[in-house]
Amino acid sequence: MRNFTLTAAAAVATMLASGSAWAGKDLDAIKARGSLVCGVGQGTAGFMMADSTGKWVGLDVDVCRAVSAAIFGDSEKVKYVPLSSQQRFTALQSGEVDILSNNTTQTLTRDTALGLDFTAVTYYDGQGFLVPKKLGVKSAKELNGATVCVAPGTTTELNLADYFRAQKMTFKPVVIEKVDEVRAAFFSGRCDVYTNDSSSLYATRAANPPPPLKPEDFIVLPEIISKEPLAPAVRHGDNQFADIVRWTQYAMVEAEEYGINSKNVDEMLKSENPTIKRILGVTPGMGKALGVDEKWVYTIVKQVGNYGESFERNVGMGSVLKIERGLNKLWTQGGLQYAPPIR
Amino acid sequence: MAVEALGSQTKAKVPPWNDPVIRGWVFQIVVVALVGLLAWFLVSNTIENLQRQKIASGFHYLEREAGFEIGDTMIQYSPASTYARAIFVGLLNTLKVAVLGIFMATVLGTMIGVGRLSPNWLLAKICEAYVEMFRNVPLLLWLFLIYKLISEAFPGPRQAINVLNSFFLSNRGLYFPVPLADPAYEWMGIAFLVGIVATVFVARWAKKRQDATGLPFPTIKAGLGLIVGLPILVWLACGAPHHMSWPELKGFNFDGGMVIQPEFTALLVGLVLYTSAFVAEIVRSGILALHKGQSEAAMAIGLSRGQVMRLVLLPQALRIIVPPMTSQYLNITKNSSLAIAIGYPDLVASVNVTINQTGQAIENILIIMAAYLSVSLSISAFMNWYNKRIALRER
Repeated sequence: MRNFTLTAAAAVATMLASGSAWAGKDLDAIKARGSLVCGVGQGTAGFMMADSTGKWVGLDVDVCRAVSAAIFGDSEKVKYVPLSSQQRFTALQSGEVDILSNNTTQTLTRDTALGLDFTAVTYYDGQGFLVPKKLGVKSAKELNGATVCVAPGTTTELNLADYFRAQKMTFKPVVIEKVDEVRAAFFSGRCDVYTNDSSSLYATRAANPPPPLKPEDFIVLPEIISKEPLAPAVRHGDNQFADIVRWTQYAMVEAEEYGINSKNVDEMLKSENPTIKRILGVTPGMGKALGVDEKWVYTIVKQVGNYGESFERNVGMGSVLKIERGLNKLWTQGGLQYAPPIR
Repeated sequence: MAVEALGSQTKAKVPPWNDPVIRGWVFQIVVVALVGLLAWFLVSNTIENLQRQKIASGFHYLEREAGFEIGDTMIQYSPASTYARAIFVGLLNTLKVAVLGIFMATVLGTMIGVGRLSPNWLLAKICEAYVEMFRNVPLLLWLFLIYKLISEAFPGPRQAINVLNSFFLSNRGLYFPVPLADPAYEWMGIAFLVGIVATVFVARWAKKRQDATGLPFPTIKAGLGLIVGLPILVWLACGAPHHMSWPELKGFNFDGGMVIQPEFTALLVGLVLYTSAFVAEIVRSGILALHKGQSEAAMAIGLSRGQVMRLVLLPQALRIIVPPMTSQYLNITKNSSLAIAIGYPDLVASVNVTINQTGQAIENILIIMAAYLSVSLSISAFMNWYNKRIALRER
């Protein structure tokens, strides 16, 4: 119901909003407000989750922190708004949040008909299936007739239907809006399978089985049935803000590529390498072109870290999830993370 | 003459801005113009904003392939069906739960309401406890509780509770055998309807005879005989087809037979328990509003306690009960949208997914509003008609 209220409110907001508020003024509005409103999910360990002190942490949260660092020089000027998969687009369209960073898959319709602009991909993901070990299933091809728990309004829901149609198999969906409730339904045995982006499945497996169930009681099946490039999204209409979000992500990847991290960033200021000098704003120009402070990358790396640091801390070996870098390795190491040059 | 003069004088004296008739008109025109302007502003501004943000608009998306699966459908549906059909499937599911809910809440609520007035202390207290328990806790919590009870307490399909090898109860729902399709069943359906119509006529005739001669007629028994007996006769006449579709454990789940899914059960049970508490109070208030003399007089002519209730008190109480009951029926229909919390695929669920896949919130919300409005207005219209029919006719 809350979801419906919000959707309705957003629709009313679209009806009432005055024209000028949309015309490329998002950045001005953010600056005037003095904080960035960041739409995150309802809690996926490693990606966006409030920790024991109520502070939001995760890979997606770091994107918002980095953007805040670029705009304000302070990574903590962010207000987080947890959104369900169904609320998120309306919330962004109506201006309730400035940026959506909640494991949203970039697709053509979302990029066009929904009025969103996706920036750089923060995580290359793919959809998988989580099953209890005792089910004895080894492959997704054996799932004919299964009952599947899935969150509504996602690409996941559509891929699931596509996959089963392509394999000429049938399934029964159990579609619940709140992520916690979907997971609870899966763990209670209401469904045979829980499907989501595989990153999220690892997070669920690591953090959510209710005792006495243990993470080892569940396996993620080997099949990856879709491409899920997860990227932050902003509204159509303010290209400068979209640029800042896009290049913030690139800057974190670029920093990793050139070995700049939160610990050595001060020494790196003295580097003679012209690329590093340009990235860190020792040679000015890049910040001005983007419309932010010349020290933007320095601030991002100092306060948030480079992409590799953020990955390891939140979802990689430094976290409970222990997800391999895989596709998200730098291109120099055989992965897909490739940032255009900052010059 | 004098009166006329006086009249024209007063007319001339009152300036137009003080003339109540003119003023009334002016105010109405101003209000209508303002409302019109506001509507124009909202519509044009919305269209402009949508265009500026390049968000798609219009209802063409309804014809596109929906692409998502729905877990509980009353009509043929697959991911290859259109959005329009997906929304229709949702609407049917909402109607199913609303109609069953209204029926069951009325029956249960009336029983509880009458029970609360019982001279039996224990029964009255139990009914009171029921009412206070269910109406004082938010419906959403009841739904969560019932759904959790079903999904946690019942075993998985492979360990399903097996009753006579035909009923299987598990956390996937209740599976039971159903007869395989046969033309006989259509004829039985027709016979059932004929039985109902015949019963109505018998009841009318019986009432007329009782009014005229005072002889009672066992209408209920005769009606039951007609409604149940006729279809059975037809079934026998068609050669008594008895091939059944039995539920069978295949792979992950049962196949064949029919299933009542846990989400549906949880929603229906939650709605019925919650609303029946309110219905009970309405019924009780309706009966208590009648003068004590009514029941005393009825007892005095030797009617039993049941007859007093059925023949004297309830018919009079109905006049008081029906208007507030309409609100409860509307509440059931609208509260069924809480389905989304426990995953029952109702109208709101279908539309929400559609909003998310198409991004067209405004169009979809218009659809949802139109759907609930027409359902609610239909219920209201029916109840108003019924209310008029049972209203006290002044003679």
